[in-house]
Amino acid sequence: MDIQKYISSGILELYVYGALSEKESREVSHVLKEYPEVKAEVEEIEKALLTLSSAAAPNNAEHLIASIKEKLTKSPTTTAPVVTPIRKIGWITYSGWAASLLLLIGLFVFFNRTNELREELSAERARNAQMEEQIANAREDAVKAEELLAVIRDRNVERIPLQGQNVAPEAFASVYWNTKESTAYIDAKDLPEPPRGKVYQVWSLTMQPLTPTSIGLLDNFEADDNKVFSLENPNQTEAFGITLEPEGGSETPTMDQLYVLGTVAAP
Amino acid sequence: MQQDALILELQNGNERAFERIYQLYSESTYGIIYSIIRDQSIAEEVLQDVFLKIWDKASSYNSDKGRFFTWVLNIARNASIDKIRSKDFKNDQQNLKTDNFVDILEAKTNFSEAVDSIGLKKYIDALKPVCKKLIDYLFFKGYTQKETSEELDMPLGTVKTRNRVCIDKLRAMVIK
Repeated sequence: MDIQKYISSGILELYVYGALSEKESREVSHVLKEYPEVKAEVEEIEKALLTLSSAAAPNNAEHLIASIKEKLTKSPTTTAPVVTPIRKIGWITYSGWAASLLLLIGLFVFFNRTNELREELSAERARNAQMEEQIANAREDAVKAEELLAVIRDRNVERIPLQGQNVAPEAFASVYWNTKESTAYIDAKDLPEPPRGKVYQVWSLTMQPLTPTSIGLLDNFEADDNKVFSLENPNQTEAFGITLEPEGGSETPTMDQLYVLGTVAAP
Repeated sequence: MQQDALILELQNGNERAFERIYQLYSESTYGIIYSIIRDQSIAEEVLQDVFLKIWDKASSYNSDKGRFFTWVLNIARNASIDKIRSKDFKNDQQNLKTDNFVDILEAKTNFSEAVDSIGLKKYIDALKPVCKKLIDYLFFKGYTQKETSEELDMPLGTVKTRNRVCIDKLRAMVIK
């Protein structure tokens, strides 16, 4: 079984949503137990969805736990045994006190030691969590690289080089346009970082008459490691251009801020 | 504690495990419920019911069938849908809004340190409209793949692959 293909099929997302049939879900559960990389992927999907839905909560719900706990039906395992008090007199009482004191001292020492151990343990856990994150990041990078490779190797993909224009002669970008899936992947590695408050906007152009149609922004340019952006492009594009626009993009391209431009080879 | 061990403890009726589960899932669950119900005090009520149900029915969760998160999600969505269909709800909630989770993020101010909803909102804005719809139907509303495909007039397979691309985007935004 090709695990990468399985992961990128999108079935795991539907699995986490609960959008699969019971039979399909069982199958995914089975695969997940067998392949750690599938499990890791599912956990990442879950994390993203958990964050998203948490953001939709109208206020903090932490205070509700108290009233929920009051209403919990107690399970039999949690009921405490009944303690009957015992009364003794004389020296037994005193030796009892002495024993309690000793016990207290002992408990105190034990408590300190436990605390030390607990601190060590949590430090260790923090280190582990850090390590896990690093591994996860590395793995994610590898997966992304592979996905990118798959994109440009696709037979329906056409590569359009976009050359630097007056405002930035040294700039360069490529569009990998999958006409079948109407997706344009913009490789913007050789574009300079946009200045503050500005954003690159990608345009699909048709000639005669010259009509620009925005297909999207290269958002979070600085934060994007690989500088590859996928945008939807259902247009009959004859040329692609990228302009620098104020944040949020513009209705029409600012032509004196045209960074790169390239025409699509006629079929 | 490992997730599996925590769930096992919950199933054994351990209250501390329950508290931990509450910490882990309550905010997200609340978000789901609120996105369906759109009334804060009713949503709080349903949230409590959902967690009582999680406690009572914990033993019926089975990891062969799916993720614990999904199990919780289903309970939350079902309870919310039951609520909005109930008679008393219909009476005092005549005009249910038709908008989706994006508007909630828009309307709310930041309260949680763990989730920077304003920051997240900015990213959500960058998602394509079709992504917002897919995530709304499949995740928040619990539509099946088929229902989503009919609603959006999109082939069944495309729902799956498109949604994958959308979630990838989301992941790139939230996991940093």
